[in-house]
Amino acid sequence: MALLDVRSISKSFGAIRALHDVSFSVGAGEVVGLMGDNGAGKSTMVKLIAGNFPPTEGAIVVDGKACHFHRPIEARAEGIEVVYQELALADNLTAAENVFLGREIKMGFWPFRILDKQSMIGRAGELFAELKSETRPRDLVKKMSGGQRQAVAIARARLSNAKLVLMDEPTAAISVRQVAEVLELIRRLKSRGVSVMLISHRMPDVFSVCDRIIVLRRGSKVADKETAMTSPEQITGLITGAIREA
Amino acid sequence: MKPSSAKAIEETHAAISDVVSIREQTTFQRLIASQAFWVAVALLALVMFMTWSEPTFGTADNVTNVTRNFAPLAIMSLGMTVVIITGGIDLSVGSVMGLVAIVTGLLLTWHYSWYVAFAAGLLAGLACGAFNGFFVAYIGMPSFVVTLGMLSIARSLAVVVSGNQMLYQFGPDAPIVRAIGQAKWPLHAPVGWAPRWMPELSSHFWVMVILALILGAVFMFTAWARHLYAIGSNESAARLTGVPVDWIKFQAYVFSSFTASIASLLLLGYSGSAINAMGTGYELRVIAGTVIGGANLMGGYGTAFGAVIGSAFLEVIRNALLMAGIDSNWQGAFVGMFIVIAVLVGMQTSGTSLLATIREWVVWKRS
Repeated sequence: MALLDVRSISKSFGAIRALHDVSFSVGAGEVVGLMGDNGAGKSTMVKLIAGNFPPTEGAIVVDGKACHFHRPIEARAEGIEVVYQELALADNLTAAENVFLGREIKMGFWPFRILDKQSMIGRAGELFAELKSETRPRDLVKKMSGGQRQAVAIARARLSNAKLVLMDEPTAAISVRQVAEVLELIRRLKSRGVSVMLISHRMPDVFSVCDRIIVLRRGSKVADKETAMTSPEQITGLITGAIREA
Repeated sequence: MKPSSAKAIEETHAAISDVVSIREQTTFQRLIASQAFWVAVALLALVMFMTWSEPTFGTADNVTNVTRNFAPLAIMSLGMTVVIITGGIDLSVGSVMGLVAIVTGLLLTWHYSWYVAFAAGLLAGLACGAFNGFFVAYIGMPSFVVTLGMLSIARSLAVVVSGNQMLYQFGPDAPIVRAIGQAKWPLHAPVGWAPRWMPELSSHFWVMVILALILGAVFMFTAWARHLYAIGSNESAARLTGVPVDWIKFQAYVFSSFTASIASLLLLGYSGSAINAMGTGYELRVIAGTVIGGANLMGGYGTAFGAVIGSAFLEVIRNALLMAGIDSNWQGAFVGMFIVIAVLVGMQTSGTSLLATIREWVVWKRS
């Protein structure tokens, strides 16, 4: 049984139809690439799965359970975490503080419930070690590289024991070395049995980590292929519309 | 989730304990990086210079005066710091003081007990804060606009409710009210035990110390404060991670009004009268003290210690100018200059901050 099953999803914003009858599934521990040109409906798809708004038609099934998300927190409760493009980190806090933001470990009793900083720093250190990242829990995020920031965001997803991590353009605007770091993080997640949905424009990244590639064009799914069964040329053709469907 | 076995980590990576224990900055580096520390140094230098050059400055009486004068401002700066950390501003604090004083004063003149009057004044203040907080946090209006509106509303209400009269016939509880505002500790001999050279510190000062200690502990140890800093740095990020952003921002404005109410009640007790003009222009002095103490108007940074030090610094400058015999009309110019200098020194964003330059120089000297 697939971890995530998207069944004939459509989404309209007034007269604009952002997604039209899209179905696909993501298995446990699978890395799926979601590709498409600007305006193809990638972001809408991510927001639907992440629970930002409900679909106009169709259903999202997580672990065999039909879900109707209205708020991101509901999707999170089902084990779906999003690593946002803008990363959603607070620069003035440390890596550990960011990982635990909104779910701090506390000790003591009300009204003297105070932060258990040692536990959080220790746990964050474990998560970074698990991701084989050089990130140090006490470092301020402000001074971190793009790759380290991704590690912090992914550690946060790991913390909640997410089953599916959605990554929206994680490799945009970072250096080549850091891209390799981020791709390694994705492989780490996969090896831990976490499913990843990678939304990206960068063909080499998608081909190096994804098991399967889904292409959207103008709101419809035009391809859903094993990475081994396709080529960057074919995918490019599908994205631009040079190849109609595959 | 079970953490992966320590063994698996060890063979591929440095031991966690190696990484976890690394601090980005030593305590010393953090100290010299904080604006509050440098303002404290400047304050100390100024106090030492004044004590040396002006015999009356260092007297116990003057210390009593100075500490009492800045305490209400510092109390309000604590509230302002909380608001400024979230990236907002509260322009209404001075007017809230006026309204609180008038509401309390009216009930006292109607011969209500002091605690009823104080509670009513406090409630009026909290209501102003709730108004600010509601429109800023839940409606999403800019804090500048909402609190500017409240600045006008609260002052106007104070004038109307008081009938534009000064209230001073406080009924049977007047001595208690005055005792609260005028209390001092420790008292000089022969009444108390303190020797002559020791300043008698006012109730205003002690209330400030207690509030500052509480807020300092809150900043250091609670998730609430951490959320406050996160909101100031990246509000949408805080929202995405499930921080109750609106509720915390609401509380910040209520807290700011709370501190303004406390300051108002102390001043009311001290003067034994209530005037609707109480606190006029205080918002600027409070914001100035907060900013000089190192709070960042862009949000995300501020400390309780900084709020107190910044306010103390302003008051000592004011006092020093008076003693030096400089026309008191010059005070505004000096206060304004220090605001500009403080923001210039604290500018972290431009990359060419004065403080960063000094810090680099110090670090370079040490290495």
